[in-house]
Amino acid sequence: MIMRQRTGLIALAAVTAIVLSWVFVRPVASATDPSVAKYIVGDEKSGYVYLDAQTRAMEDDDISNPGFLWVDKGKTLWNTVDGSAGKSCAACHGAAESSMKGLAATYPKIDPHSGKLIDIEQRINQERTQRMGAAPFKWESQELLALTAYVKLQSRGLPVNVATGGPAHQYWLAGKQYYETRRGQLNMSCAQCHVEYAGQHLRADTLSQGQINGFPAYRLKWQTIGSVQRRFRSCNVKIRAQPLPYGSPEYVALELYIASRGQGLPIETPAVRK
Amino acid sequence: MQGVASRLLVPSTAKKGDVIEVKTIIMHPMDSGYSKDQNGKTIPREIIETFSAAYNGKQVFKMQLQPSISSNPFVSFFMKAEQSGTLELTWVDQDGSVYKNQAQITVT
Repeated sequence: MIMRQRTGLIALAAVTAIVLSWVFVRPVASATDPSVAKYIVGDEKSGYVYLDAQTRAMEDDDISNPGFLWVDKGKTLWNTVDGSAGKSCAACHGAAESSMKGLAATYPKIDPHSGKLIDIEQRINQERTQRMGAAPFKWESQELLALTAYVKLQSRGLPVNVATGGPAHQYWLAGKQYYETRRGQLNMSCAQCHVEYAGQHLRADTLSQGQINGFPAYRLKWQTIGSVQRRFRSCNVKIRAQPLPYGSPEYVALELYIASRGQGLPIETPAVRK
Repeated sequence: MQGVASRLLVPSTAKKGDVIEVKTIIMHPMDSGYSKDQNGKTIPREIIETFSAAYNGKQVFKMQLQPSISSNPFVSFFMKAEQSGTLELTWVDQDGSVYKNQAQITVT
């Protein structure tokens, strides 16, 4: 009798597990799904592929995508005169639609003057301090996010195209090393989640490949647009590691390595993420 | 609040009798009054309380917003195009600030 009850319970548990997995496991959109096909290049999958259909729809419509509120602000800043040189971005570069087209897809990039690797935020601030005679924008300020989003939007749809050879190679290696090094109290590396376990579940969510082609991105959790370095910091905190300061060379090198992992993926800025 | 930007999308032209969609989004934190900052201090409630739309001065849509509505609220609704005119959107903040946006629609 007890034996039969136990068998019954096991059968019930098995059925429940099957039903629950059917209800709760949301399969990642497949490569043959035409709505995500352009966000998959070879083995590389943009974070877009891992989103629910509702969040994808939110990103696809330029009005429901809240990132465009910052893009508008960035467009205003592009045309605003600032600094001792009395210039705006537009004074030298004209219309961003043509002059900035494809540019952000090549960042982080070696700065020819200093020979160091810089990302797009640092490049914008370099232009401000050296060409415009203006104060640099603070990292993660509304202004820097807005202008970065506006500049990077001009590359939307174009493939990520970063240089990893030549003088950039040592930075790429440093980024790769950071990516693969275990750190924090949880003793985890970026690669463990985003390479080894990508596509599997972490609690209720699906681990993505951690591609950065959509940054600065509007994160629903943040309820604002944020830079890729803010995302790095929040990942570091989650594995209980000490986050690095904004703009630190390790993070810029990490940006280059991760961008190279997504070489060829279309720029999606401003993306919407969970 | 200062520097509140909004975006509005409506078709600029429509045929008489068409049902057209109005889509709009506004940049606003919509602080519920229940969340805390990094130091554990309560962030006071700061929300938009009402949103309304008027077409040629006549109200066509109105909603009351509550603290549970997300930041940067997006609203879409449908209206029937009967005559050309101006669609004016108005958001009223709890601090009394009024934010506006408008668009012209030509009905043929």
